[in-house]
Amino acid sequence: MKVLVPVKRVLDYNVKPRVKADGSGVDLANVKMSMNPFDEIAVEEAIRLKEKGAATEIVAVSIGEQKAQETLRTALAMGADRAILVVADGPVEPLAVAKILKAIADEEQPGLVILGKQAIDDDNNQTGQMLAALTDWAQGTFASKVEVADGSVTVTREVDGGLETVSLTMPAIVTTDLRLNEPRYASLPNIMKAKSKPMAQKTPADFGVDTTPRVTTVSVAEPGKRQAGAKVADVDELVMKLKAMGVAK
Amino acid sequence: MKTLVWVEHDGITVKDATLSAVTAAAKLGEVHLLVAGENVGGVADAAAKIAGVGTVHVADGALYAHALPENVAPLVVALMADHDAFVAPATTTGKNIAPRVAALLDVMQVSEVLSVVGPDTFTRPIYAGNAIATVKSSDAKKVLTIRGTAFEKAAAEGGSGTVEAVSAATDDAGVSRFVGSELAQSARPELTSAKIIVSGGRALGSGEAFHDLIEPLADKLGAAVGASRAAVDAGYVPNDYQVGQTGKIVAPEVYVAVGISGAIQHLAGMKDSKIIVAINKDEDAPIFQVADLGLVGDLFKIVPELTEKL
Ligand SMILES: Cc1cc2nc3c(=O)[nH]c(=O)nc-3n(C[C@H](O)[C@H](O)[C@H](O)COP(=O)(O)OP(=O)(O)OC[C@H]3O[C@@H](n4cnc5c(N)ncnc54)[C@H](O)[C@@H]3O)c2cc1C
Ligand SMILES: Nc1ncnc2c1ncn2[C@@H]1O[C@H](COP(=O)(O)O)[C@@H](O)[C@H]1O
Repeated sequence: MKVLVPVKRVLDYNVKPRVKADGSGVDLANVKMSMNPFDEIAVEEAIRLKEKGAATEIVAVSIGEQKAQETLRTALAMGADRAILVVADGPVEPLAVAKILKAIADEEQPGLVILGKQAIDDDNNQTGQMLAALTDWAQGTFASKVEVADGSVTVTREVDGGLETVSLTMPAIVTTDLRLNEPRYASLPNIMKAKSKPMAQKTPADFGVDTTPRVTTVSVAEPGKRQAGAKVADVDELVMKLKAMGVAK
Repeated sequence: MKTLVWVEHDGITVKDATLSAVTAAAKLGEVHLLVAGENVGGVADAAAKIAGVGTVHVADGALYAHALPENVAPLVVALMADHDAFVAPATTTGKNIAPRVAALLDVMQVSEVLSVVGPDTFTRPIYAGNAIATVKSSDAKKVLTIRGTAFEKAAAEGGSGTVEAVSAATDDAGVSRFVGSELAQSARPELTSAKIIVSGGRALGSGEAFHDLIEPLADKLGAAVGASRAAVDAGYVPNDYQVGQTGKIVAPEVYVAVGISGAIQHLAGMKDSKIIVAINKDEDAPIFQVADLGLVGDLFKIVPELTEKL
């Protein structure tokens, strides 16, 4: 079974985002970019499936600018076998990403596509579900456990009320939640080895996908800032203040 | 505009998240509802009482139980022939279904809408709420998920919607099956609708400490209990306690953060709370930058004393 893992290059989660002065977006010049953390979890899960013998090949895919090569090299260094970069300048929104991934899935015929549940830049949380719609495959979103056996995959999902388990016929789509696994770091020898793993380059046009955005950004603003309040000296003062605010009786 | 709102329910009652979605939908025009599930006649009757709703479409059948998106999305798509917008609360159920509907309609979804600026213009948070984008959709039909904390709840009573069985029968897709669930049983208020929340972080150090310190304080305040990702990852509490960018978004009257540093991913989930109280031994912890009341010190001393004195 082949596993397809889409990985997105995003602002590193440790960097505090800054809104550009002209309100056109968030400043991405000269800031650290990394693989979307949920996608690291997706790559790790694919590698574990391969280590268990459930998967035979892992193909990492990224849609974005040439620099997304670095993100794909990270996936290869972690343990993916080959990579596909779909070069696109400017943002490609989830619907178009899903269409490109659908075309790649048609070519590659994976048993599973494992995506992150959400990209931490636009916080859309859509692409996996959209890909499931376009392929007409089952979806197991927000996964905290994935078990593959006999043509089906059992996915434990993190839902608002707790956990839910579904069984899906493969091929299927899985999106990762934080507790699925702890991604490994690539070792130095593996980083070296990754340099010679194959990376194909494509464009959205190769798949006949129009990436013109349907949702355009009019402006981006900073959220209202909270004023830091006062520190209290001790529990008695805290209790007094809480009572004054009507929180405690 | 004719909007179809997804009714979030547990088979018995309509969930509060639905009421915020109704308020958002009302800003677009006519509001109609979809209740899907198995044996949901009671839910449909309750939904029809929500103020301002028109038709309550009811799809009752085993294939709609557990809201499996493979079965529910085609149902919504069939109904969308007669609606201009689909609105779902940004719950895990809404997030599971709405994008599947959007792709089937060839529409780009607008996620976690914070405000409706106009019929095709909305604001939404990006980068864990560190920026707010105003976006414009050019799609003929709209698919939106709604952030519950950003809209008032519509009145649950006073409406007189017409309950109508959905005639468009869809088939069981046959590719997914509900196996089971482990849902938290708690007498406490739900996190997303609680007036007061006490949350614990990594500093608690163990599930026992969480239980012995955070819960009695929450009991005293009649509060719901939340947690940081670190506390959930460490197994002190289950996943449904997580507050943050990728957990639950809350905005209670009072949020008490105990032993939580205040990482941007955590702040994303709680910084719209009315009053934030922080207890942390590090006076430079980022949580104090958003706290209205901060107390620097050891939580193992402070929390029992606070619980006793309240
Ligand atoms: C993709 C991604 C998504 C994420 N999503 C979320 C999310 O949704 N929600 C979330 O919460 N996090 C999320 N995180 C994690 C986030 O970045 C932080 O790691 C996490 O919030 C830290 O939890 P914490 O504050 O409990 O732990 P820490 O950062 O370790 O803070 C513990 C705090 O306790 C204080 N302390 C220690 N001992 C005591 C004591 N005895 N008395 C008083 N204070 C004490 C310390 O001073 C410190 O400030 C996410 C991270 C990533 C990468
Ligand atoms: N440009 C992209 N390239 C590769 N994968 C992507 C891209 N955008 C989104 N994805 C995948 O879809 C997931 C969810 O993204 P989103 O729907 O944008 O929140 C991500 O975690 C990735 O796995």
